Amino acid sequence: MSKPVKHIHLAAHFPGVNNTTVWSDPEAGSHIEFGSFAHLARTAERAKFDFFFLAEGLRLREQGGEIYDLDVVGRPDTFTVLAALAAVTERLGLTGTINSTFNEPYEVARQFASLDHLSGGRAGWNVVTSWDAFTGENFRRGGYLPQEQRYERARAFLSASATLFDSWRGDDIAADAGRGVFAGDPHAGGFAYRDAHFDIEGHFDVPRSPQGRPVILQAGDSEEGREFAAATADAIFTRHGTLEAGQAFYADVKGRLARYGRTRDQLVVLPAATFVVGDTDADAHEKAAVIRRKQVSAQTAIKFAEQLWNRDLSGYDPEGPLPEVDPLPGENTISRGRASVRLYRDPVATAREWRELASARNLSLRELIIEVTGRQTFIGSAATIAEEINHLVQQDASDGFILVPHVTPGGLDEFADTVVPLLQERGVFRSDYEGVTLRDHLGIGSSLPGNLERSA
Amino acid sequence: MTGKPELHLATALEATGWHPASWREPRARPGEIFTAAYWTDLVREAEKGLLDFVTIEDSLGPGDGIERTDRVRGRLDSVLIASRVAPSTTEIGLVPTVVATHTEPFHLSKALATLDYVSQGRAGVRVRVDGSAGNAAHFGRRDPATLTREELFAEAADYVEVIRRLWDSWEDEAEIRDVATGRFVDREKLHYIDFEGPWFGVKGPSITPRPPQGQLPVAVLAHATAAYRLAARSADLVFVTPRDERDAARIVSEIGAESDVAGRENRPGIFADLVVFLDETERAAVDRKARLDELAGETCDSDAAVFTGTAGQLAEVLTGLAEQGITGFRLRPGAIPHDLLAITTKVTAVLREAGRYRSRYALDSEQRTTLRGTLGLGRPASRYAEVAS
Ligand SMILES: Cc1cc2nc3c(=O)[nH]c(=O)nc-3n(C[C@H](O)[C@H](O)[C@H](O)COP(=O)(O)O)c2cc1C
Repeated sequence: MSKPVKHIHLAAHFPGVNNTTVWSDPEAGSHIEFGSFAHLARTAERAKFDFFFLAEGLRLREQGGEIYDLDVVGRPDTFTVLAALAAVTERLGLTGTINSTFNEPYEVARQFASLDHLSGGRAGWNVVTSWDAFTGENFRRGGYLPQEQRYERARAFLSASATLFDSWRGDDIAADAGRGVFAGDPHAGGFAYRDAHFDIEGHFDVPRSPQGRPVILQAGDSEEGREFAAATADAIFTRHGTLEAGQAFYADVKGRLARYGRTRDQLVVLPAATFVVGDTDADAHEKAAVIRRKQVSAQTAIKFAEQLWNRDLSGYDPEGPLPEVDPLPGENTISRGRASVRLYRDPVATAREWRELASARNLSLRELIIEVTGRQTFIGSAATIAEEINHLVQQDASDGFILVPHVTPGGLDEFADTVVPLLQERGVFRSDYEGVTLRDHLGIGSSLPGNLERSA
Repeated sequence: MTGKPELHLATALEATGWHPASWREPRARPGEIFTAAYWTDLVREAEKGLLDFVTIEDSLGPGDGIERTDRVRGRLDSVLIASRVAPSTTEIGLVPTVVATHTEPFHLSKALATLDYVSQGRAGVRVRVDGSAGNAAHFGRRDPATLTREELFAEAADYVEVIRRLWDSWEDEAEIRDVATGRFVDREKLHYIDFEGPWFGVKGPSITPRPPQGQLPVAVLAHATAAYRLAARSADLVFVTPRDERDAARIVSEIGAESDVAGRENRPGIFADLVVFLDETERAAVDRKARLDELAGETCDSDAAVFTGTAGQLAEVLTGLAEQGITGFRLRPGAIPHDLLAITTKVTAVLREAGRYRSRYALDSEQRTTLRGTLGLGRPASRYAEVAS
C-alpha cells in the first residue's frame, strides 16, 4: 500500500541578523526599509507560500566586549512590521518571533489578537525562550530568568495567553443598535489566571479574533524544547533539514504527540533551508561556492572560531590551519547574544572534531568554518531543487521548509518563478490558496477545544 | 484675517466616536471596529481633509469601569492599527497611544521606530500613564496604589527619556556596508544609552536603526500640573482641555512657565481638545446630541469642552482660542462618520477660506510628507553624534 502524497508547506524567512545575507551583493537592498519587507512578502504570496517569517533578537550581539559589526545589524519590531504587511498581502500568513521571557501575557495576547483581527486571521507566533541576563539589561526587570525556568515560564505564558484568547466567544459582539446591546454578555473578556509565574485577572479587551488563537510555532532544540513543542505547538521550526537528521528529528517530535492526546498531523515540521538556483546544477554549485565565501569572509571565519574557542584568535591566519590551543573552558565570555554559542555543548570535543575534519579534508580555518556553519541548502537547477524538496518531504524528513534567501529583498523571486511551478505541476504544492487563515494553509484546523466555553 | 498663522488640526479617533451612544447611530459601523477596513476608511478620510494627524486612543484594558452591555467594549492595539493603516495612506501623521506605566520602553521604542519606517516618517506617539488598579491586575506586577500621581508622571518622563535615547542610539550614518573591511555597521556610531532611574534601567542600543524622522513627535494629554510638567520637559505636543479662552490663556502660561523651569529651547506645540457635534444649524447639532444623550441615558460629558454648533461657529471658537496661544486643535468627533466628515470637509473649508488652513501637505526636503514637517519641526541630530567641527 503506497503512502498518500504529502502536500508541501513553504514559508519565507526574511533574512535576519546573521551572516546569511550577502549585503555586499549589488542586488542587496535595504534590510530595514518597509519596501524590502513588502517585496519579500508579496513574492511569497504570489508563490502561494503558507507564511512570512520574522526572527527576533532583543539585544545587539557583542564579541570581545564590542558590538558585532560584520553581519547585518538592526531589525524592525516584529508586531509592527507584520501589521503593515497585512496591508500589502491578502492571504499570506504573518508569523513573528516573540520571546516569552521578556514580555507579559496580557500585552502579547493583545498584540496577537489585534494582529489576527487586522490581518483577517493570518497571525502566527514563534515562541522563543531566550532567557539571558545580557538581553535582560534592556528591560525593566533586568536580571531575568534562570535557564531551567525558561520553558516553565513559556508554558505558563502560553496558558495565560490561551486564557485571554478564550475569554471572548465568537458571538460576544452583538452590536445590536436597535436593542442597544453591544456586548452580548456582560462578562465577556473576564479572566483570572494564577500559577508560579503569573497572577493576573481582569478583563481582556480584544474580542475573539478570526483564528481565536494565533498559530503557535516553536524553535528550540533541547529536550525541554521538543517536549514543549509536542505539548503546545502547531508547527516547529528546526535546523534539522537533511535526510537522516531530518528523519530522526521528525520521528522524534511526532512520536511525542500521542502523550498529549494529539495526532501526527497536528504538528507541522519545518526546517530552515537556504537555496541557490542555477541554470544547471553545475552553474548552481559554482554560484553557491561564491556565495559561501561571501557569507564567511576571512574576518567572519576568525570571529566564528572565536565563538567556539572562547578566546581572541585575531592573530591566526584564516587561510591557515586551525588553532592548536583548546577552547577556554567555562562561561563563554567572548560572544554574547548568540543562540549558536549554546550549540557547542562541549567546545573542547567540538574543536577536536573540527581539527580531525580539517586535516582529513585538508581544509583551512576559513574552509572549515564554511563547512561546519553551512545549513540545509538546496543547490541546483529548478528541477533538481523541486525534486529534492519533494523527496525530503515524502521521505518524512519534514513537512516542508522555511526558506531563507541570501539576498534582501529579491532573493526569493527566482525560486517563486521557477521552482514553485514545478512543485505545483507535480501536485505537491497548492496552485492557489484554498482557505483564508494561516490555520487553513497549514491544515491544522481550529486549536480551540474550549471554543464555546469561556475559560474564566 | 490674513497674516495670521495657519492652524493645526488633528482628529482623535475613538471607536464610533466620543459619544457613548454614537455606535447606535444609523450610519455607524459598530460591528466593524475590529477590522482593518474600518480604520483605513477613517484615516483616509482624515487624510482627504488634509489633517495634520490622527490619534488613536488606547489603554491596556477597560480600567476600573463597570460591565455595561450598552457601551462599545474592546479595542485593538493602537500601534498595530496605525501600522496596518500606514501603507494605505501617504501623508497624514499617525499617532497611536502607549501606556508608560506597564509596558517596556525598549519594546515601544522599536515599535514606534518601525511605525516610522512603515509610514515613511509619519509616526508620532501619545504617551499616557495608567493608575487604574483594574489594568494593573492585568500585569500582576505592581500595585499602582503605591505610586503617587507625581511618581506616575515622573516615571513617564523617564520612559520618554528612554525611548528618545533609544531612537538616538543609532546615529543616522551607522550603516556603512564597508566591503573593504567587511563591516556592515560602524560600531562607533552605535551607543549604549545606559539609562538608570529609580524605577528601571535600560542598556541599549536599540535593535532598530534610527527612525526616518530621527525623533518621533511625542504628545501628552494634560489636565493638571504634573502632566503640564511632563509635557514641558519631554513632549513636542501637549493636548490640553481649556473650558474657554481665559482657561486657555491660563494653561498656555502655566506650560510656558514649566518650559522655562525645564530650560527647554523649543516649547511644545499646544493643541486644545474639543468634543464636537457639527451640523448645518446649531439647533440640529444640539438636538442630535440630546437624542444621543437620551439613548445613552446620561448627558455626554467629557474632560474636554463639548461643542455643539455649525462649522462656522466652531471656526470662531478655534480662532479665539488661537489668540490665547493655542497652536492647534485635536477635535474629537462626537459620532463617526457624521462629525468626522464635518471636520474633514466643512471645518477645514471654513478655515481655509479664512486663510487659516493649508490646501496641501507640506513636503520636507526629501519631497515627502513627514509628521515633523507638517508640524513645522526640524529634524534633530542624534544627541550622541559627534558635532563635526
Ligand atoms: C531554527 C531556530 C530558530 C530560532 N530563532 C530564534 C529567534 O529568532 N530569536 C530567538 O531569540 N531565539 C531563536 N531561537 C533560539 C531558541 O528558541 C531559544 O534560544 C531557546 O531558548 C533555546 O531553546 P533550547 O534550549 O530548547 O534550544 C531559534 C532556534 C532555532 C532552532
